[in-house]
Amino acid sequence: MIEVISEDRCTSCNICVNICPTNVFDAVKGGIPLIARQDDCQTCFMCEAYCPEDALYVAQKADGVTGVTAAALEEQGAFGSYRRSIGWTKEGRTRPAPEIMSRLDHH
Amino acid sequence: MTISSTIANIAEPSASLELDADVLVIGGGPAGTWAAIAAAGKGARVVLVDKGFCGSSGATAPSGTGVWYVPPDPARRGKAMNSRWDLGGRLADPAWMRRTLDQTYRNVNHLAEWGYPFPNDGEGRPIRVSLNGPDYMRLMRKRTKAAGVKILDQSPATELLRDETGAVAGAAGVRRQKGDTWLVRAGAVVIATGGCAFLSRALGCNVLTGDGLLLAAELGAELSGMEFSSAYAMALEGGSVTKTRFYEWASFTFEDGSPVPGAASKGGRSAIARALATRRVFARLDKADAETEQAMRHSQPNFFLPLDRAGIDPFSERFPITLLLEGTVRGTGGLRIVDNGCATTVPGLYAAGDAATRELICGAFTGGGSHNAAWAMSSGFWAGSSAAGHGRDYRGRSRRYLRAGGAGVADGTGRAIDARALVSAVQAEVTPYERNYQRSGERLADSLGRLDALWSGIHTAQAASLDEAQRTREGVAMLATSRWMYRSALSRTESRGMHKREDFPEKDDAQLHHTIAGGLDEVWIGRERASAPEQEVLAA
Repeated sequence: MIEVISEDRCTSCNICVNICPTNVFDAVKGGIPLIARQDDCQTCFMCEAYCPEDALYVAQKADGVTGVTAAALEEQGAFGSYRRSIGWTKEGRTRPAPEIMSRLDHH
Repeated sequence: MTISSTIANIAEPSASLELDADVLVIGGGPAGTWAAIAAAGKGARVVLVDKGFCGSSGATAPSGTGVWYVPPDPARRGKAMNSRWDLGGRLADPAWMRRTLDQTYRNVNHLAEWGYPFPNDGEGRPIRVSLNGPDYMRLMRKRTKAAGVKILDQSPATELLRDETGAVAGAAGVRRQKGDTWLVRAGAVVIATGGCAFLSRALGCNVLTGDGLLLAAELGAELSGMEFSSAYAMALEGGSVTKTRFYEWASFTFEDGSPVPGAASKGGRSAIARALATRRVFARLDKADAETEQAMRHSQPNFFLPLDRAGIDPFSERFPITLLLEGTVRGTGGLRIVDNGCATTVPGLYAAGDAATRELICGAFTGGGSHNAAWAMSSGFWAGSSAAGHGRDYRGRSRRYLRAGGAGVADGTGRAIDARALVSAVQAEVTPYERNYQRSGERLADSLGRLDALWSGIHTAQAASLDEAQRTREGVAMLATSRWMYRSALSRTESRGMHKREDFPEKDDAQLHHTIAGGLDEVWIGRERASAPEQEVLAA
């Protein structure tokens, strides 16, 4: 579930507040959003995909917290990894050659 | 936030935000956005409300999906239809399969014209058989707004409005981030709220709680095929990402490394479900080589997301798996459709996507997302088009507007429902594999006894507050859905498609019918004969 909003990265644009399908965040006047209803998080990773600053991190556990910290995530380069994997970056993403993609067709 | 005002059940309903429309679409996933675009294209004034955010809400947006996209070549179309025929227990309708293939082909080609980045096959031919959820739904939101549709996000519908004749006349709900209420008067309403996955945390499914089924049933709408509601998808234990396809490359073992007898992602999921009832089960994608991994990572990046984050290499390491309930989301039951425009039995009320029955194209089993994706865009398009015609007829007519919501609406005058307790009580009956996946008459009746008692306990009760209205109505919708499911499942004394009865393990061809269900205080069951298949479908 959503575990981290990086204070260093977040610009308080509140896109995550608006787009969260299960209304997990609350906007905070003069501050960064609050993870107000963590239990309602469905671990869909959409907030990460939509965050222009790569400030959010949704851990893989849907039924509890892992305790991961912003510092550890910075060290691993984990912020923004989902956005990069779906190509929602300036660089986009490169499709492997057709003969490689066709490995999925005839299984 | 605390909401002090209440919705009173008065003759002239009012709200903080009131709008008039020809068509109100409830739900902003693929079916809802296609419905809204189609209705606007017919000149209707359209409002779309979404419980979450149109663009990120629902099962499609965080995911990726195949699409039943088959070029109009008779041989390929025939093959596509036939390949589904037996899988679906021969309950599909060839005429609906054919028109869905036609409409899906047109709609997907529209997506290409609108700029969806379809890849090509290296020789310049586009590949249009799959869609990335985030890209697809971001584009659909953009097109919906461009069509002039008014979108209300974070605005769950809590009840429908009706007029003095019993026809649907709009809906009312809450704006949960503003702490107030909305109301839309409309000539026609499209229910595109998705299926019901009972808050299992399957990917993107926690907004799918059967809300639209409840709303429609409160106006007397009927359901069909609700016994086909036992879909479970594979996921990393404790995770949410339910992309079962790549498990075709997996082998399944117990903790000690010994194989799980009969286990497979296709055709062997029951063995996994049985094993999981008592022990942990592990998977490893050891049938995939490095090139296949490369293709997989590109095709479904989110499959690897939880594994990467847990530090697991799924190709070389064994990882624990679970089966998450997807209920009617990947099942086929839903609101009964009575004409080609996706009308329900309630005047002015239409259904599309997973909220509607998909037996028409899939029968008793979907097998994957591609048919659901095709159905969502096709049925959405048809529902929106016909709702536009119906809705525009009401322009300028005077009508009475009456609230149609029952149990769990916020009124502030009655006994309050404990929403969390209600949700847990329903989950205890529908989540266990041995109750829903492997069904028996005895266990279905046992669960129904408790579910019916739950309904008796809450059917005159209300939400604790407007703040709790959404959660309460979700619990009520889950309870209503579970009773239609299990009552339908009890009546089908055979195994067909995804509906598996331990006490009736064989198919019985005297039961080639659709199970119709309805009612809230008293759930009733009826039957409708399946359409006779056309020669060409059975020929190939």
